[in-house]
Amino acid sequence: MARYIGKRLIYMLITLALIATFTFFLMKILPGSPIASADKLSPEQRAVVEARYGLDKPLPVQYFDYMLGLAQGDLGISINQFKGANVTDVIISRMGPSAQIGFQGMVLGTVIGVLLGMIAALRQNTWIDYSSTLVAIVGISIPSFVFASLLQYYFALQLEWFPVALWKDGFMSSVLPSIALAMFPLATAARFIRTEMIEVLGSDYITLARAKGASGSEIAFKHAFRNALIPLITVLGPMAVGILTGSLVVEQIFAIPGIGEQFVKSIMVSDFSVIMGTTIFFSVFLIVVILIVDILYGIIDPRIRLSGGKS
Amino acid sequence: MKNSKLFWLLSLVLVLSAFLAACGGGGDSSSETSTEKETETEEGTTESGASGEPDAEQVLNLMESAEIPSMDSAIAEDSVAFNILNNVNEGLYRLNQENIAEPAIAEGEPTISEDGLTYTFKLRDAKWDNGEPVTAQDFVFSWQRAIDPATGSPYGPYMMAGTLKNADKIAAGDMDKAELGVKAVDEKTLEVTLERPTPYFLSLMSFGTFYPQNEKFVTEKGDAYASNSENLLSNGPFKLANWDGTGLTWSLEKNPEYWDAETVKLDTINVDVVKEPATAVNLYNSGEKDRAGLSGEFALQYADNEEVVKELEPTIFYLKFNQERNGEKTPLANVNIRKAIAMAFNKQDLVDVVLANGSLPANYLVPTEFTFDENNKDFREVNGNEMLAFNAEEAKKLWAQGLEEEGLTEVSLELLGGDTETAKAMDEYMKAQLEENLEGLTVKLKAVPFGVRLELDEKQDYEIQTSGWGPDYQDPMTFIDLFVTGSSHNHMGYSNEEFDKLIEQAKGELAQDAAGRWNAMAEAEKIMLEEDAAIAPIYQRGLMSLQKPYVHDIASHPFGGDYSYKWAYISGKE
Repeated sequence: MARYIGKRLIYMLITLALIATFTFFLMKILPGSPIASADKLSPEQRAVVEARYGLDKPLPVQYFDYMLGLAQGDLGISINQFKGANVTDVIISRMGPSAQIGFQGMVLGTVIGVLLGMIAALRQNTWIDYSSTLVAIVGISIPSFVFASLLQYYFALQLEWFPVALWKDGFMSSVLPSIALAMFPLATAARFIRTEMIEVLGSDYITLARAKGASGSEIAFKHAFRNALIPLITVLGPMAVGILTGSLVVEQIFAIPGIGEQFVKSIMVSDFSVIMGTTIFFSVFLIVVILIVDILYGIIDPRIRLSGGKS
Repeated sequence: MKNSKLFWLLSLVLVLSAFLAACGGGGDSSSETSTEKETETEEGTTESGASGEPDAEQVLNLMESAEIPSMDSAIAEDSVAFNILNNVNEGLYRLNQENIAEPAIAEGEPTISEDGLTYTFKLRDAKWDNGEPVTAQDFVFSWQRAIDPATGSPYGPYMMAGTLKNADKIAAGDMDKAELGVKAVDEKTLEVTLERPTPYFLSLMSFGTFYPQNEKFVTEKGDAYASNSENLLSNGPFKLANWDGTGLTWSLEKNPEYWDAETVKLDTINVDVVKEPATAVNLYNSGEKDRAGLSGEFALQYADNEEVVKELEPTIFYLKFNQERNGEKTPLANVNIRKAIAMAFNKQDLVDVVLANGSLPANYLVPTEFTFDENNKDFREVNGNEMLAFNAEEAKKLWAQGLEEEGLTEVSLELLGGDTETAKAMDEYMKAQLEENLEGLTVKLKAVPFGVRLELDEKQDYEIQTSGWGPDYQDPMTFIDLFVTGSSHNHMGYSNEEFDKLIEQAKGELAQDAAGRWNAMAEAEKIMLEEDAAIAPIYQRGLMSLQKPYVHDIASHPFGGDYSYKWAYISGKE
């Protein structure tokens, strides 16, 4: 196991280096200058400003400098969004709110999704089943920005239960954005758990358990649920991606000082070091989630071996 | 089976109704809630609110659409930073509510030498908010810092080159920054030497780049200077507070050390960055914010709302005609073809229907309500608003004539434009109008982000381009000299000797002759637009915002910082 994780960690570093390289060159291919007043400056003046951020060097040198800095944990300085600010500081200052709504959204979505899926499976082809399927379909098909806008309009502006936007009222500010982010994991979990539970419930050992006189709830939780969890773990990765991409718009709609909204902005204004820093941050997050998912497989289902054939 | 079909139908209806309710009810129900709240508050107050007396609580709640990139006046280059700088700092001059530059840190008018090259300012007894006096040396330090290539200031060289003595050479690294034409004669006397007489020099002194900086403080803080509200000094009406350098929130607090603090009525301005226009409108309707900008669809939706305030910005949008692409002449090198296009689209319909934000149709380059001569007459009155105005019949004639001269029957032109909703809508309208009125013309639209458009412009790699320009100082020259031969904004192969000469005269021998200079610039504008159709003006931008009726006297400015809150107050909120 330790060896497996060690190996995975090395792969992770390679993956990261590749992502950083691709992003770096893709970003440089993007037309557009990070200097906001570029249209006003003469070429000579622009060169002076570019020199301040090392943009005057040849591309390979810039790349080498960047990777060297990255290896030492230095993400560079923001060029135009927060002139001169350290990108690491920017990310750290923006991490908290994103992590909070992301985590709450993920937990809320998964828990409700699992419950919905289970109830739907246990009450197959009843109105309960149909409505839970409906929720799942709505959750998948309504884009999070539409859903976030609807939540904001009804629950904040009309009913005044929650703040309209801004990150000022502690937990209350995080409720609507978390719900908006929860829809995707909720829908995904509900669909997967329902399908899996129905399959498991039809299998021989459940029939046996029933024959032995186990109660309905015992069968549902003790026997069926655990087996139905495995496919759910498979989709944890995609769900995390969903939360990340959702956060890009949800944070903007609720004016939350998170990483997502600021990532979008950095691309719009070609703030190179911030684009790189944020991409790397997101990549690390996703790679770690994937690793955790792989490790969880082995714990939940011992039949899935992690470390090759021999042991 | 039957059951499940019914179920699908039901769910479809449910989802649709949720959307329809949300979209349809939008404007009405939100304004309902806001009026409800108003009635409630009105019941609770006495008459004092309505009589115009300032309320006891002087708090203004505003929104910005972007973060503050930097509060260093030498580094700032964006509207958010310049706006805050204008409210927390102050230069020799400040724009007043009528947009006339008035002495601020300067005490009274300066003495100007005969040749118009040397200005001597006396400074008033003003203080930084740490109690230190604002001295002439603070200006010298700040200006030298802004022109020093080591600082990498974008606006320093842009604003100073060609105006302040030796600025060009220092910016190019050929001379020491100590040679800049600014000297502290004594602690309270500042002597400025210009490269050439500059009639608009005093209004320039209200621009952020020319604000003073306290040398001791800046040096002490080093790289941390202006990185958050702790590392800043203020000498203006307000102090910046609660800004952590990267966050979406900050506030402006009244600065008790400001020399004119008794004029300032607001105690606190709370600002939050809200990038989503719909969220901004929701925050306004919920009563949390006192002012919200209206863009695109919201401008249409709220057009008749009585809380709408309209401002006319001195920003002009126009079509640039590229006469030479990749070394080859384009059909646009023909003046009749350019004129035909310039006259072939209905600008009134464009501003009424497509933009619907209070913009004005423009047949001119220098905006209206922007610059005035010594008798307060608008520059616009000289040439009027009829230069190559929309005239489909005339356009058709010129078009036919132009095609014949070029030996063409069909022309396909690329129209390069921005990728915002407004820009796309406008360019589609232009395409429809041009193709309808000019037979044999095909317009191909190319929508790209701002940075890309600049790059293509620089390479002169386009045919027609929608472009815009806002002023950097209060003088027609900030628009007119964009199009002289070889200007870094000219990337369209336009060159007219007569035009160039007029601009040169206005900048040189006529600099001290206000009327002659004014006429030269007007003549130049006429040549460029009417005779040459070098560009085709489209509209002057308007801005619509919602503003609570209890907010008074926010001054809006045509250049530099967009707003001044120095005179603003709250009355009738309680």
